[in-house]
Amino acid sequence: MKNAIEREIPENIVWYDTVINYATPFEKEPTGRKIAPLLKQVKPSENKLVNSIEELIQKAGLKTGMTISFHHHFRDGDYILNSIVEKIAQMGIKDITIVPSSLSNIHESLVEHIKNGVITGIHTSGIRGRLAEAISNGLMEKPIVIRSHGGRARAIEAGEIKIDVAFLGVPSCDEYGNASGKGANTICGSLGYAKVDAAYADQVVLITDDLVAYPNYPASISQTDVDYVIKVDAVGDPSGIASGATRFTKNPKELLIAQYASKLIVNSPYFKEGFSFQTGSGGASLAVTRFIKAEMKSKNIKARFALGGITKPMVQMHEEGLIEHLFDVQSFDLVACESIMKNPNHHEIDASLYANPHNKGCVANQLDIVILSALEIDVDFNVNVITGSDGVIRGASGGHSDTAAASKLSIIVAPLIRGRIPTVVDGVNTVITPGETVDVVVTDRGIAINPKRTDLLEIFKNTDLPIFTIEELKEKAQKIVGKAKPIAYLEKIVGIVEYRDGSIIDVIKQVK
Amino acid sequence: MEIIKTGMAGTMESSDIHVIIEKNEEAGIKIFLNSTVEKQFGEQIEGVILKTLKEMDIINVVVRAMDRGALDCTIRARVQSAVMRSILKENELDWGLL
Repeated sequence: MKNAIEREIPENIVWYDTVINYATPFEKEPTGRKIAPLLKQVKPSENKLVNSIEELIQKAGLKTGMTISFHHHFRDGDYILNSIVEKIAQMGIKDITIVPSSLSNIHESLVEHIKNGVITGIHTSGIRGRLAEAISNGLMEKPIVIRSHGGRARAIEAGEIKIDVAFLGVPSCDEYGNASGKGANTICGSLGYAKVDAAYADQVVLITDDLVAYPNYPASISQTDVDYVIKVDAVGDPSGIASGATRFTKNPKELLIAQYASKLIVNSPYFKEGFSFQTGSGGASLAVTRFIKAEMKSKNIKARFALGGITKPMVQMHEEGLIEHLFDVQSFDLVACESIMKNPNHHEIDASLYANPHNKGCVANQLDIVILSALEIDVDFNVNVITGSDGVIRGASGGHSDTAAASKLSIIVAPLIRGRIPTVVDGVNTVITPGETVDVVVTDRGIAINPKRTDLLEIFKNTDLPIFTIEELKEKAQKIVGKAKPIAYLEKIVGIVEYRDGSIIDVIKQVK
Repeated sequence: MEIIKTGMAGTMESSDIHVIIEKNEEAGIKIFLNSTVEKQFGEQIEGVILKTLKEMDIINVVVRAMDRGALDCTIRARVQSAVMRSILKENELDWGLL
């Protein structure tokens, strides 16, 4: 059956009792209650500390067929997921579904554990490298499920993802389970994704390499959520967790895109005292922050808050008084990690508060402007950030669809072509963000405004910005690179793309 | 036009194509293409290489091309350069041929 954006969705999908097709961004109403964690007594004399990973897995009651979760705050420096899965494999436990908040290149050893039957299910936001390639080529029997950050928090709170054991690596914690994003060896800043798992998993275990005296306060994860604690030699590689230098791009294409985007923002009705914004960590996105900053200074405009993955340029603006509050679900670099520890208005928020559509109102709903990237955009403004132009999985859903839907102005920034690959195309390979939630596309060769935003079209009618229709942008790209041959897929579905509300917006098929 | 020696042009940089032109001991044109965009543009790239060779009147040749997403104009220029080198006319470009 086809959903509202003409994507063929199967009637039965292994992970779902009932498949609900995507209709419109806010059509699906939630019912029922949030799930609750287990009640458990820890007596005054009892101790949560365990001595080995094996003992940890046994005490947590992990068995064949269960679901376990991880967070991705350690990014490419993460040691936790690989070492836990390795131990699970050694203990002979099989048929495990993993529900990490996202996966990085460092997790490619999972390929072996999928082949040997230890891992049989993956739910994630992002997936890259050899693992993603293998999955695109049909490695797994069950399709992977791709969720946005807000969608994952929603699914956990709604009980659609039931986590049996959450294995959460933390930079520091005490013996009773109060954890912080700063430790003696590593620092990751916000633990925003991990907080959701800690609140709802049946068993919560903390893994740290910096065990400190009680009480480890202020704590991101509280002792009342934690079952066991273990100290290991190292939770991650600090250089892979957060890099020190966020360098400004010198790429002229990215600078031009950023210039166009900031001009657009400054001339939009949303750029006024007390506005709010979110940017990604890509080159063009960061450059937009720099250009907006100059405009804010010259026009004496301050922002009420910035949201999302927080980066050094945002911290600098906060410290200079240009942004009042920073809402941080994930600290992208060392400057952001340090800032959240010292600046009282740099707030740690969990993924639900960030972008969950079914929690009585997330911060993203208060967002004025969001700047997002894209691998592909089609003439219906649908955006793909998960599969490459060759149809192979290589990206992340992240907060893309969440913030595009929730914000007042969503701007996609991308070069019109990358090498020979066109960015604006007839139809994207995979839809992560539906076109009706995308307002403007900014490329180095021109800007396209979604025709449904007649207000914006009117405002930018007589500007010096290079405004085209999305079809014109597509033609421009095609003229330079030629017409790409459509990707040949096999019938097997290797991935399900769940929209933030739990409906199915697209599927990913095996590449030929 | 006869190929005299092996001619090369281009780099392995992104958006470029590295082309090696060799004499084909058998008759005909043989193209070995490896491209980062093979699935989407493989046929188009081979078409440009073939057309460029024909324009230069090259009939018996082996082409080894490593493409990193080059545009048609780049592919054409790299093939032309490699051919000129392989017929020892690198320093006496016959613009009439191009």
